[in-house]
Amino acid sequence: MKTLAELKAIRDRMQAQINTRESVDPASDIRVVVGMATCGIAAGARPVLSAFIDEVSRRNLTNVKVTQAGCLGMCKLEPMVEVFVPGQEKVTYIYVTEDAARQIVSEHIVNGNPVMKYVVGNE
Amino acid sequence: MRELSLNVLDIAENSVAANATLIEINIRAKSNILVIEVKDNGKGMTSEFLNRVTDPFTTTRTTRDVGMGLPLFKQAAELSGGRFQIDSQVGKGTNVYAEFQIDHLDRMPLGDIGETVSALIMTAPHIDYIFHYSVEDASFTLDTREVKETLDGIPIESIEVTAYLREFLKGNITETNGGIAL
Repeated sequence: MKTLAELKAIRDRMQAQINTRESVDPASDIRVVVGMATCGIAAGARPVLSAFIDEVSRRNLTNVKVTQAGCLGMCKLEPMVEVFVPGQEKVTYIYVTEDAARQIVSEHIVNGNPVMKYVVGNE
Repeated sequence: MRELSLNVLDIAENSVAANATLIEINIRAKSNILVIEVKDNGKGMTSEFLNRVTDPFTTTRTTRDVGMGLPLFKQAAELSGGRFQIDSQVGKGTNVYAEFQIDHLDRMPLGDIGETVSALIMTAPHIDYIFHYSVEDASFTLDTREVKETLDGIPIESIEVTAYLREFLKGNITETNGGIAL
């Protein structure tokens, strides 16, 4: 069985890095919100959430927060994801897949261009 | 829902919405019976609400009148020769209990329960979780209160930590299963 022993090493490594992150304003964080009510989960929100986390961590995007919300109100369009970039209008994505999630990270979050084919209203 | 672990995520989200500070998820498989339990210390329900909570036309939402989470989970248990029970007390919390006959043809697979637990930790990190997983005589427990104590102020939802916890869960679940996934 694995134990939590390795966590201590992770903690020490992160405590050493934390000073470099302190100057960053949390208000500048980009938020990715995945709808995780019954409708979202049944439509595949959990792997979508994991894909966002994977991609954000692989690219080491420390200014991106991936969180969840309940039902976003249009259950038949799930999985739905909202992306909030500070100073810009919110973008709502629908029918999001794992591939779409990775594409949203690289094209929208990193390069600033929303992935229009998954934006609500464009389906 | 195609996996019971997705039902567990859905049920635990109710605990998150009920302002729980501690959620306990127990998975026990022994002698052809699979038990899934989700306990919380959230705000609980009145006995009147509890009596109709597994009716799909009962919900706490005000924008619509259906709530499918508990009815779907109850149905999944009953279809597989098992049973479902829910107890709750206002101000104390809620306990959802379901039993499944493991070799029943209509029992859904458990699926990736580790991903369910890590999804909860990542999206509601302010809550503490006790995840207990046992198959026959093998078992392991993840208690996020211990994790947070070890982390000494480093957020549990940090990318490095969640990546580690996902591997921890995956490895220990596989080892506990002893070759046959639930």
